[in-house]
Order: sequence, then structure tokens, then C-alpha cells
Amino acid sequence: MTDPGAPRRARFLSLPEAIAEYVHDGDAVAMEGFTHLIPFAAGHEVIRQGRRDLTLIRMTPDLIYDQLIGMGCARRLVFSWGGNPGVGSLHRLRDAVEDGWPQPLLLDEHSHAGMAAAYAAGAAGLPCAILRGYVGTDLARENPSIRFIECPFTGERLAAIPALRPDVTIIHAQRADRAGNVLIEGIVGVQKEAVLAAARAVVTVEEVVDDLAPASPNSVILPFWTVDAVVEVPGGARPSYAYGYYGRDNAFYLSWDAISRDRETFLRWMGEHVLSGRT
Amino acid sequence: MERAGDYTPSEMMIIAAARALRNDDVCFVGIGAPSAACNLARLTHAPGITLIYESGTIAARPTVLPLSIGDPELCATALTTVPVPEMFAYWLQGGRITLGFLAAAQLDRFGNINTTVIGPYARPKIRLPGAGGAPEIASFCRQVFVIVPHERRAFVERVEFVTTFGFGEGGEHRSRLGLTTAGPALVVTSHCLMRPDPETKELIVTSLHPGVSKEEVMERTGWPVRFAADLEETPRPTAYELSVLRELLKRSAPDAAARS
Repeated sequence: MTDPGAPRRARFLSLPEAIAEYVHDGDAVAMEGFTHLIPFAAGHEVIRQGRRDLTLIRMTPDLIYDQLIGMGCARRLVFSWGGNPGVGSLHRLRDAVEDGWPQPLLLDEHSHAGMAAAYAAGAAGLPCAILRGYVGTDLARENPSIRFIECPFTGERLAAIPALRPDVTIIHAQRADRAGNVLIEGIVGVQKEAVLAAARAVVTVEEVVDDLAPASPNSVILPFWTVDAVVEVPGGARPSYAYGYYGRDNAFYLSWDAISRDRETFLRWMGEHVLSGRT
Repeated sequence: MERAGDYTPSEMMIIAAARALRNDDVCFVGIGAPSAACNLARLTHAPGITLIYESGTIAARPTVLPLSIGDPELCATALTTVPVPEMFAYWLQGGRITLGFLAAAQLDRFGNINTTVIGPYARPKIRLPGAGGAPEIASFCRQVFVIVPHERRAFVERVEFVTTFGFGEGGEHRSRLGLTTAGPALVVTSHCLMRPDPETKELIVTSLHPGVSKEEVMERTGWPVRFAADLEETPRPTAYELSVLRELLKRSAPDAAARS
């Protein structure tokens, strides 16, 4: 694994090129975006290229991981909330866990606070995250990576979990400039931490511009030497959204419930909309 | 299931929950019924309430109810939006939030919540979405309200999986684990209000909604539920509360339809 802290040089690639070069079978892959800026187009390219045995990392698996799991790309899921937000279940995730279809899915399950802290620890180059968390819950019973330590100063019992260090993180952002510096605005989620924690990073963007023209000096910027590949993919977050570009397609999130409930309907939909097309 | 009057048990539940919120609350809001109750409070008696969603939006003032905790509506109307690690570390763990407002799939007599699995963890009968922010919300907000429709399958003697610790086995269990916050101080259901017994921490019915009998609550509760000596009747929804709630849900359609 390459050193997450090593300077990189952003290259401008096509989506198929970027996925082919940076996402390998067996990788631990984080695709982040907290409701906002979810990298759907990149996830679809991973499905089209037929990646297998992936460890998928994401706080909120969302529809894109439902699709990856249902298409047999995933061996393990590291997550903290696996539903269709505001709608109900992720049926492909449930089918994999409850019935092992299309293959069994191992779970490494956390809380949001734990996952967020573990990404931050990964970005900081620490081996583990320490937080006040998981108190009294059964999560620690089922997940051996949740442990407890004693604070060396106060004696307080604190949760410790391993830092998240993905082989590759994929995110979507609003803009990049021609050097490959990336700008994210709006709900910024955990994307910066996920990129800085990863050995490799691929960023899809709505557009590549001469000047980022940040809305504020406090916008989230990932300098070009923190990312490996920049890919211009307008609409690359749909049916999620890109603040300032297009809204969330809530109607699609609602319709996914019926599409995903049945295996055949799901496979037919994926064939028509993902495998055959450029999404 | 309309009752006497012209409101549903779900409307009564959301209105009763909204009334429990205060203008100076800083509230960590769950999606669905908690969000409806919190925004109803903001649009009626608590215009100054601070609503925080776990996507990082602080002081959101949505005009429609968000379908997801990260809907663009929240960021567009918030005072500020912070990264998710900061939300959980500085704001929640740092003790700066007065109230956590959660929903539940399964709740037990000591206010423990299960949103993880029904059946064995490794091969569950039903795989539920999981923890999300709830374990730490319930630990580090100064107090927690829970809203859940009163169904027998939801109100169980002991939850099968403790996703979110309430009072554990009751009594002093919270303080034995080092928790200094109050825990689930109020449970609002479609049929009643429940509060923890000060000593045992078992949830006790303190108020029945209009037209609801003790027997009906007992039938819908999976433990021998007790009633407060000074049992009250929840005031029925006012025309104003109902009209503001219905307008809010109507504006939020079709998103609202998904939650019903």
C-alpha cells in the first residue's frame, strides 16, 4: 500500500481510465458523500468493470452500495447506517445479509461517531480513533474492532477503533481547476478525511474551470497533491445532488424501493440503466 | 383509525411531541416523525429552537420536511454547515446539545432502542438500518426524547439488540457506565406519553391521549406496563396545531407520503 501522506499529482483521466487504474479487485474502497455529492457515476463504472471482493467503506451505504452489493462486487461492508434515507430498507443489502444473495456479506458495523472519528484518525496518520462512544451498546459485542481503553491521564474508559485507511477513496465534488485542485461546498460530510486517509484518491467533478472562484475562503479545498485522478463527470452525483448545480432526486430514492425489492426487477434495471449505458 | 374528533393517532403523537420542545432547546433531530415534531414546534410555540441534523447543518429552518438528513433544503436554510467529524466530536460529544430526538424500531421497558437486527446478528430475520448517530446522541445530549407508534411489536420487554442504550437494566445503570446525561426522559407514542420512574427507570405511562384506554395501551405493550398515580389526559390537538402540521406535511409531499 502506498503512503497516504505522500504528495501526489492529479491526472485528468476519463472515468473508465480512472477506475481501471485505481480500483482493483480486493481493494478497500470508500465512496463518501453524506447524502450530498455521492459519486454514483464512479460507482456505476466500478460495476461495469466487474470489480470483485471489494471491502466497501461508507458511513451511509445508500443506493450506490445497494447496487454494488446486489451486483456481487462486495465481500465486506464497513458502515454505520444502511438504509434508504427517509424511505426504508436497502433491499439488496438486506438480501445479502439475510439470505446471502448474490453472495454473503461480512459486516464491520459502527456508529456514525465511530466512523467519522476513524476517518479523521486515518487522515491524521494515527493508528486508531479514540472517542466517547458505544457506551452500553451491543455493537462492541459483534464487532471485535470496537474496544475500550483507559485514558492515561484521567482513567476514563474510552472507545478505541482502528483508523480507516482505504486503499482508494472516490468522491464527487463541484469543481476542479486545471491543476487539479478540488473544491467542495455545502454539506461537506466526511469526504476530506476519507481522501486524506486513503492510499489513492479519485475525484469526479461537475466541471473543470480556470479559476475555482471559491464562495468563501473557508470552502473545503483538496490541493492537487492530495488526489490522484480528476475526472470531469457532469451530473456524476445523480440521483444524489450537487449543491449549486442540481437538486436531490427524491422521487428516484422513493422509486428505488420497488426497483430493488425483487432480484429480477433489480437485475433488469441494472442491465438497462447501468451495464449498457454511460450513467 | 380516526378517533372522536378529526385527527389521527399519528397527528396526536407528533403534536404531543412538539409541545414538549422548548424555544431554547438545541436539538439533534432524527429524520421522519422527530423531524416533523421539531419543525412543528419551530413553526408554532418555539420559533427560536435550534435544529441540528447529523449531516452537519446547524440551525436549519427547512420550509419542507427533508426526506433525508442531508437534503439540500437543510444546508440552504442553516446558520452554518460543519463537517460530519466535527458535528460528532465538537458539538455532540462536546456536550453542546440539550436534546436528542430519536425514532425507534423496537424499544424496551428501560428505554433501550434496537434499530439493528431482529433475530440473530449473523443471520438476522430482519436486517434493520443500524445505529447511525443514535448511540452517541443518546449518550451525550443532555436528555433524549423518543417517538414511536404504539405497536406491540415495537414495545418489547427487552430489545434483542441494544443499538442505543437507554437505562440498560434500570436503576443506576447509566451512571455505573459513566454516563452523566439524563437519557430517555420522554417517550411519545401514538397513544400516550411515558416517562421513566425516578428510581427504577422503568417507563411509566404518565398521560393517555384523548379516547385511549389503559387496556388499549396494555394490549399494545409487551411488558406489564404501569400507569402513574396522577395519570393525565393529553390535551387534544388544537385547530391551530393541526392546521400548521397539515400544511407542513402537504408542502413536504410527496416526501411525506413515503413515511406514512
